[in-house]
Amino acid sequence: MTLEYILFILVIVVGTGGELCLGRAMKETGELERLHPSDAFKLIGRALRLKWIWIGVAMMATAFFSLVTLLSFEDVSFVVPVTALSYLVGAVGGIFFLGEHVNWQRWVGIGLVCIGVTMVVISH
Amino acid sequence: MNPPLTETQTESAPSTVHTPLHLKTYLLIGVMIVTGPVGNLLLAKSTKQVGEIKVWPLSELVGAFVGIFGSFTIWAGISCLIAFIIAYMLALSVADYSFVQPAAALGYAVIAVLGVLVLHEKVAPLHWAGIAVICLGVSFIRNTHPRTTETPD
Repeated sequence: MTLEYILFILVIVVGTGGELCLGRAMKETGELERLHPSDAFKLIGRALRLKWIWIGVAMMATAFFSLVTLLSFEDVSFVVPVTALSYLVGAVGGIFFLGEHVNWQRWVGIGLVCIGVTMVVISH
Repeated sequence: MNPPLTETQTESAPSTVHTPLHLKTYLLIGVMIVTGPVGNLLLAKSTKQVGEIKVWPLSELVGAFVGIFGSFTIWAGISCLIAFIIAYMLALSVADYSFVQPAAALGYAVIAVLGVLVLHEKVAPLHWAGIAVICLGVSFIRNTHPRTTETPD
């Protein structure tokens, strides 16, 4: 069980941290103007030159292997929703690391998502 | 129903970009909520073929990972997750992380449906109720502006 908790923490905290780094990189790269493959690949190419992407990828890879290990002994419909607790971590990170404005509606939405996730967990 | 935009939102999102910004965001999130769960399902299928992974001794762990990465299923799963990451990165270039991440929670409904249909897992009524609450939450998030920060040139 201890291993399970460590893996869950790796998936939630390190995984969310990695995504926040990705968000930082994409904000620095600039907006995708058109939904066109050539524009999309150019944008990704520019993003790959930023250090934040690689820090994020390393953190997400750690979370990914933890998830693969977790999935070997838990149901996918249990494991993946639990990782949704990262929404709270993500919103706080969005405010302090990315300078986003989370208004009351977004907080209510995130809160409901967390309640929904908790219901999903209790149902097991 | 939409609340009046705050000063910051008005500055960062002129009205001329509203429709394309929303369209891009929704389309990219749409790709995310399909490829993410399908990728995770395929990973689950491939890891379950190997059975429970023992992390010690190390030879057992290495053997398990060799077994997993030798299957077609995991590569199909990884392909889906690469598509997911690309859609995620593009979505983050357009919209806030605190918008995209919770909005992608709609993927949990996809997971539950696929879990029932493909892996024949049982999903309890409370589980479905939880998914309904998640959807309600996402509808609140949808009422906020997708981007609240300036995009650097």
